[in-house]
Amino acid sequence: MFGTALIVFREVLEAALIIGIVAAATRDVPKRNFWIGAGIIMGLLGAAMVAASTDVIASLVDGVGQEIFNAIVLGLAVVMLAWHVIWMSSHGVELSKRARSIGENIRQGSIECSILLTLVGLAVLREGSETVLFMYGVLAAGGANMASMLAGGLIGLLIGVAFGYAIYAGLLRIPLRWFFSATNALVMLLAAGMASQAAKYLIQADLLPSLGDVMWDTSSIVSEQSLFGMLLHNLIGYDARPAGLQVLFYLATLAAISVGAKLVQGKKRSIKSFKQEGPLVNA
Amino acid sequence: MKLILSLLLIIPAIALASENEIAITIKNHKFEPAEITVPAGKKIKLLIQNKDATPEEFESHELNREKVIAGNSSATIYIGPLSAGKYPFFGEFNQATAQGNITVK
Repeated sequence: MFGTALIVFREVLEAALIIGIVAAATRDVPKRNFWIGAGIIMGLLGAAMVAASTDVIASLVDGVGQEIFNAIVLGLAVVMLAWHVIWMSSHGVELSKRARSIGENIRQGSIECSILLTLVGLAVLREGSETVLFMYGVLAAGGANMASMLAGGLIGLLIGVAFGYAIYAGLLRIPLRWFFSATNALVMLLAAGMASQAAKYLIQADLLPSLGDVMWDTSSIVSEQSLFGMLLHNLIGYDARPAGLQVLFYLATLAAISVGAKLVQGKKRSIKSFKQEGPLVNA
Repeated sequence: MKLILSLLLIIPAIALASENEIAITIKNHKFEPAEITVPAGKKIKLLIQNKDATPEEFESHELNREKVIAGNSSATIYIGPLSAGKYPFFGEFNQATAQGNITVK
């Protein structure tokens, strides 16, 4: 039972942390809960479909279809998270400081909602399909200890969700003036970690060179199997034995998002100062 | 995306010639062979065939690899080039029985 709980917990944790962080980051988006709920349901449906066709996906592209699939899903999530950070850097400050017009609110909200839906859906899809496969294996094997394994799965699920909620509640306690920088930093690290994972899949599939198989080995300091290591892995993409390409993807993602956010921010500022000089200021 | 993907797909075809292939079978939630020796400094292609009806996840922390293999199907995993040492692997869905080692010499 303990083993089952641990496996399900590990899978659920990643999706739960992602959902917790993006839920906190989008707390001003109208009907946010609806979009998160829809994302979870679509993700679960997708996960069941992916699990059912694992053999087909795996056999695609000379046996590395699974890696390509995972890398694409991760890559999409990275793009979505980057988009969120860059968008927030241009609008977030205003959202928190100014009274907004309703029309603008809905327009901006709808962009965020589609990002939210996709992000949550992708997170559940990826982590869910492995859980579905594992639990299917448990059910198919049957046997006397099936009930206890199912109970273990449920416990793992609940603990994973509890961690997701904890990070959500924790982020909401951050004072508003720090809130956007805090969530933005977390989302950026989340995206970089995902990019590093995508790199790992592409190396595993031999589609990209590893650029050094083990850059460093910190498994004796923080093991990825420890709870702390798992949290670090899921939150900031900690890897005890990263390949060179993973480090490269990680840093490149951080750099790309920072530069993107700076550019958008700079543009916004120049537009704003132009507006303030004009006679029709309506702020 | 498609263009990048198809470009990426050409790379393994080029690399294929100089590869060391190792076949591993999963049966009754056990790896066969469970002890594998491979040369150091070479890229290795693991061909894993799951003869069980239930899915398994090949996982190794030391190799930094994980991959789900559906029931009654097979999968490819590339590892290395590795330095000499012992690299344990296991089946995450059946850890009690599915254990093995790759020794790099």
